[in-house]
Amino acid sequence: MDSVIDNLDLYWDGFQTTLQLTLVSAAFALVLGTFLGACRVSPIPTLRGFGTVYVELLRNTPLTLVFFFFVFVAPQVDLKFPFFTSALVALSLYTAAFVCEAVRSGVNSVGVGQAEAARAIGLTFTQSMAQIVLPQAFRTVVPPLINIFIALTKNSSIAAGFFTTELVAVSIRLTNRFPSDTIVILLGIAACYLAITVPAGILATRLERKVAFAR
Amino acid sequence: MSVVLFDTPGPRARRRVAIWSVVAGVLIAAVLVLAAIRLNQRGIFDSNRWDIFYEDTETWEALIRRGLGATLRAAGVAAAISLVAGAVVAVARMSHLPWVRMPAAALIELFRGLPVLLLILFIALGLDASIFTAVVGGLVLYNSAVIAEILRAGIQSLPGGQREAALAVGLTQGQTLRMILLPQAVRRMLPSLVSQVVVLLKDTSLGFIVGYAELLRTSRELRDFFGSRYIFSIFIVTAVIYIGVNYSLSRFATYLERRGSPKAAGGPPPLVVQEGRNV
Repeated sequence: MDSVIDNLDLYWDGFQTTLQLTLVSAAFALVLGTFLGACRVSPIPTLRGFGTVYVELLRNTPLTLVFFFFVFVAPQVDLKFPFFTSALVALSLYTAAFVCEAVRSGVNSVGVGQAEAARAIGLTFTQSMAQIVLPQAFRTVVPPLINIFIALTKNSSIAAGFFTTELVAVSIRLTNRFPSDTIVILLGIAACYLAITVPAGILATRLERKVAFAR
Repeated sequence: MSVVLFDTPGPRARRRVAIWSVVAGVLIAAVLVLAAIRLNQRGIFDSNRWDIFYEDTETWEALIRRGLGATLRAAGVAAAISLVAGAVVAVARMSHLPWVRMPAAALIELFRGLPVLLLILFIALGLDASIFTAVVGGLVLYNSAVIAEILRAGIQSLPGGQREAALAVGLTQGQTLRMILLPQAVRRMLPSLVSQVVVLLKDTSLGFIVGYAELLRTSRELRDFFGSRYIFSIFIVTAVIYIGVNYSLSRFATYLERRGSPKAAGGPPPLVVQEGRNV
């Protein structure tokens, strides 16, 4: 037990790194994913193709392999980042593929009649997007997005294997130093993750129900 | 074809689309060509970086038979156990007895909320198990929780008449769940289940971090053996293997989804509900 209490500052550092990884890559993934989602629902075939290829490639690649690329392979072709940046890039690129799919299915979930009616009463493209399509798409997109960001929080643990000292890396370091307290140390780390993921999960379920009834 | 965002384009819109399509295509092609030129300048495509793949079969033997073999072994064992355990947990989660339902719900929330890597470490360090057991165990704990939730969503999406009719002909609650609802839920959620197996297969690569000699770790061993000059070619081949296997499985899931499930009441569930689950 003492091994946890004496090292609360280490835990705190790890927790902060995990939070930074999660929040910053969530922001990047949101921007890139929305752009890719826009590509996939656009009328321009090449952009649609680009979006599809990106999503299929990244969705079918293990995140560990993406990390592997930015930490071990990219430096060979003069793309050298600090380890923390590599982790951010890997997490953002990977998560963007899932954000893209959520955005796409959100837009597609809006009834065709809604947009047709908007055009029929003479709204311009911008107006019908801003006032009719996007507000409705947004509702369906939010719960899956929360689920994606929960997964991102958990996925950030992979950075532990690639030289970033986040929560799991802290736990490995501490268990090496205090082998007899392994279980307690790991339980402490588990509690840190649950403190993020369980409330977010409850929020997602609540919102999902609200959206389901709003239709 | 009229979709949500735009009507069937007329001649002017078609021309505009064609122009932008070419512009975007040229831009994307330019970026790819520039990247290829830069890679070429660094000698990435030289034969002395690729010869290990055609000079002898040892490299393939290592990657496919040992690497991919170990990956598929861990994924196969973990998937089989997770599917059975997931069904059991789903039944427990839907039990009408609170002292069965509550612990099941708590376990699902617990294991779903933790990184698979942490679960693997728990088993490897905490229980001092072999690394294969740890990898499979971690995958099973996480995925059986997720699969239980998928099955529960499937059961809840069935028309209420199924359950009422089963109870009306005299089946008990448990029999109704096992014989009527669960089989239909499995058929209905088959696409989601296959997608979850893809997630599981991808997660076997966590073995790289904890020292289970699966595909990715084998690639790094090859790099250590042949020298870092080969890292790029080894990475490309590894990526192609991973993407090939996962993409085929994903296509299979899409095929199942399109085909629908004629034997389950009510057809396939709405897709949007599943989005964001299989990350």
